Amino acid sequence: MANKLKAVIIGPGNIGTDLLMKMQRSDWIEPVWMVGVDPQSEGLKRAQAMGIKTTADGVDGMLEHVLADDIRIAFDATSAYVHAENSRKLNELGVLMVDLTPAAIGPYCIPPVNLADHTSNLEMNVNMVTCGGQATIPMVHAVSRVQGVDYGEIVATVSSKSVGPGTRINIDEFTRTTAGGVEQVGGAKKGKAIIVINPAEPPLIMRDTVHCLTTDTPDEDAITASVHAMITEVQKYVPGYRLVNGPVFDGKRVSMFLEVEGLGDYLPKYAGNLDIMTAAALRTGEMFAEEISKGAIALPARA
Amino acid sequence: MNLENMNVVLHDMSLRDGMHAKRHQISLQEMADVAVGLDQAGMPLIEVTHGDGLGGASVNYGFPAHTDEAYLSKVVPLMKQAKISALLLPGIGTVDHLRMAHDLGVATIRVATHCTEADVSEQHIGLAAKMGMDTVGFLMMAHMVSAEKLLEQAKLMVAYGANCIYCTDSAGYMLPDEVSEKIGLLRAELPAQVEIGFHGHHNMGMAIANSLAAIEAGAVRIDGSVAGLGAGAGNTPLEILCAVLARMGAHTGIDLYSIMDVAEDLVVPMMDQPIRVDRDALTLGYAGVYSSFLLFAQRAEAKYGIQARDLLVELGRRGTVGGQEDMIEDLAITMAKAKGAM
Repeated sequence: MANKLKAVIIGPGNIGTDLLMKMQRSDWIEPVWMVGVDPQSEGLKRAQAMGIKTTADGVDGMLEHVLADDIRIAFDATSAYVHAENSRKLNELGVLMVDLTPAAIGPYCIPPVNLADHTSNLEMNVNMVTCGGQATIPMVHAVSRVQGVDYGEIVATVSSKSVGPGTRINIDEFTRTTAGGVEQVGGAKKGKAIIVINPAEPPLIMRDTVHCLTTDTPDEDAITASVHAMITEVQKYVPGYRLVNGPVFDGKRVSMFLEVEGLGDYLPKYAGNLDIMTAAALRTGEMFAEEISKGAIALPARA
Repeated sequence: MNLENMNVVLHDMSLRDGMHAKRHQISLQEMADVAVGLDQAGMPLIEVTHGDGLGGASVNYGFPAHTDEAYLSKVVPLMKQAKISALLLPGIGTVDHLRMAHDLGVATIRVATHCTEADVSEQHIGLAAKMGMDTVGFLMMAHMVSAEKLLEQAKLMVAYGANCIYCTDSAGYMLPDEVSEKIGLLRAELPAQVEIGFHGHHNMGMAIANSLAAIEAGAVRIDGSVAGLGAGAGNTPLEILCAVLARMGAHTGIDLYSIMDVAEDLVVPMMDQPIRVDRDALTLGYAGVYSSFLLFAQRAEAKYGIQARDLLVELGRRGTVGGQEDMIEDLAITMAKAKGAM
């Protein structure tokens, strides 16, 4: 397709590599560059073997190629510490930034809830919240779009093998950011997030529980229909997103029990928590590309 | 066994682990009365927090009668000699809760992780140590791993700044030989200035025996709770442990009659149900399941008609860990559907 947006992926780790594999199937995004900082990195070698241009000099190593290669969108899967600089440098050149780090410079993006707002506003930096947020905030929203939610709580249980050192060293960032997303995007007046890491072998598939406390007695039929409709929306980009049980109604409590199985591209299927991040990020890029192609929005002009 | 003249620091859990058995509904006055009674009896350390630690207030674990702030603000100023501790599980509570506890006068922070996941505790242990708190690394469900793995995880916590490491038998699964092996290896391999502790549950009736084995193997801090008020079949009953240790000539600094009276006059009357090894609590120990799952499984049995015992065994088979209370209702619904009951 002629209207594909050309992309750079920053961070050749597990997430970046999985994203690259998904992107190679995309009708809307074409991966061109993979950026790392370690010339010996396996991820850079893998990308190179897939025919992708690589640099081990960080974003600076490809900035001079942005215009020549017509790079229009970047996906940052590095860390909150370096994201701000990466974003500034690329935004300056008119490159959209999809942030998979916890930096959250731009607004939170949960595709089936608020991606359309971000594309129509042409937000130049959007943040993908957290894996737990991607898995659960659609469910909080599915309840809050029916009626008021005083309190939303999510419990994400992930396999030990799927939790990398970045998340481990700052696990508070997960709970804070996810709780913020439950409020700001999910629509709960107050949000709470809990993460449990389970080392069982074979590794368990990501599980998520979403509890909402509604302001008034829940409208069971309307909420059930809304939840099922939202499941279908998420399944468009994460086919392994499943409602295992619920919604359960108990007084003003509404609970959904979910399982998120990944596609198993580069990351194993149990790591639905990582898959839903890469899938949501790609979905975000694709929607920008679709809107640009339709002429609904226009990227900054280039000579 | 010879524990003659050994010094043991007992740590009361009735106002934290006991919160599980009370569905986190202990009143401020009950907290204050029990804590004052324990302080007068000579208890050196008393834990006061939501059962699931700071920030545990939630649908998933239960909303408490009062906030952690309210409990700590009430209890800390009443203490004449006892120090107050708080529990923190990374993934549930954050460093913000830790700072709050520190500001309210909490002296000891216990940062708890599953026994294989110590590396999520770095920021919390690091901050507590930096603030000069007595900083404890608390390795839960320690029966699920080998002594060598436990040591590896303990070393991480020590490297982050913990000055005490606990081997925590959250499921009440261990038998004394396992306690001896694990505590013995921790004591042999960790630096001498790092203290070792043991936290038991009475689900297999082993809490006292395990605590003695721990002391013999080198543990100096032992958790328990007056009248055993705690999750599952309760923690090591402290008044009994005090009597046993007194008979053995070990020193706890606790007045036996006073702690007996706290147990009998204050704590037993607070109990919503007898704290004993009933069939469900025994199943926790037998199947190696996190003790605070007990009441959740019993509630799921009442709601969905699946026996708590069957739920607990299945949760054990699936390798669930502390914090996965949400699995209980989910599993009960799945099992009820399979039975055609819903």
